[in-house]
Amino acid sequence: MTIRVLLFASWADALGARSVDLDLADGATAADVLSALDARAGSQLPRPALAVNRCIVPSHARIARGDEVAIIPPVAGG
Amino acid sequence: MRAAIVTRPIDTAALLAEVAAAANGATVLFTGSVRELSDGRAVVGIDYDAYESMAGEELTRIVRESTERFGTMHVVAEHRIGSLELGELSVAIAVGHPHRGPAFDAARHIIEEIKLRLPVWKQELFTDGTRAWVDARIDAHAPQP
Repeated sequence: MTIRVLLFASWADALGARSVDLDLADGATAADVLSALDARAGSQLPRPALAVNRCIVPSHARIARGDEVAIIPPVAGG
Repeated sequence: MRAAIVTRPIDTAALLAEVAAAANGATVLFTGSVRELSDGRAVVGIDYDAYESMAGEELTRIVRESTERFGTMHVVAEHRIGSLELGELSVAIAVGHPHRGPAFDAARHIIEEIKLRLPVWKQELFTDGTRAWVDARIDAHAPQP
C-alpha cells in the first residue's frame, strides 16, 4: 500500500518536501514508517514521533490504507 | 472556552474581553513573545511551522482539560504561526476565574502543556542571516526550557 507521510520543520527541510509517499507492506507499523524514512533522510535529524489521524501512536501501531500519517519532530511551540 | 491556531497578530484585549464575566474576581493573561536572544545569539525573528489541523485539535484538548481541572469555562488560548518579528506575540492565554489561585494555575498549566504537546516548531532567524530549527538542537541542548 502507498502511504503519504506529512513532514514538518527539520524533516521537511531535510527531505525537501512537505510530504513523501512510501510503499509499505499491508500490516506495516509506525516503526516501519520511521525506518523507511530514516533510510531517506540521510542526515542527523531529531528522533520524531509518529501521528496517525492526528494522534501520537506507539511504534507497534498498525498503519491502514487511508490513514493520515505525519512525522512529529520534537515539538517547540510557545 | 476557545482555542485556535492563528496566522494574524494576537489581540490580547479581545481575549480578555472574551473571558470577562461578573463571576470572575481574577483574570490572568499570559503571553509568549519573540525574544531577542537565544542561547546568547541575537535573533531577528522566528518562523513557526505547525501541523495545523492536529495543533488545533490538541490546543482544544489542552484548553478543555484545563476547564475541567481548574473549574472555569472562561479560558481562551491562541497560538500564532507563520513569520513573527522580534517582540511579536506567538502565544496568548486568558483565564477568568472567581479566584486568583486557580486562574494563575490554569494559565501556567496550559502553557506548559503547549510546550510539551502542541505540534508546532520554531525556526530562529539570526542577525548573521543564518537560521536553525529549535527541534534540531534538542538532542544537543538538554534540558529544554
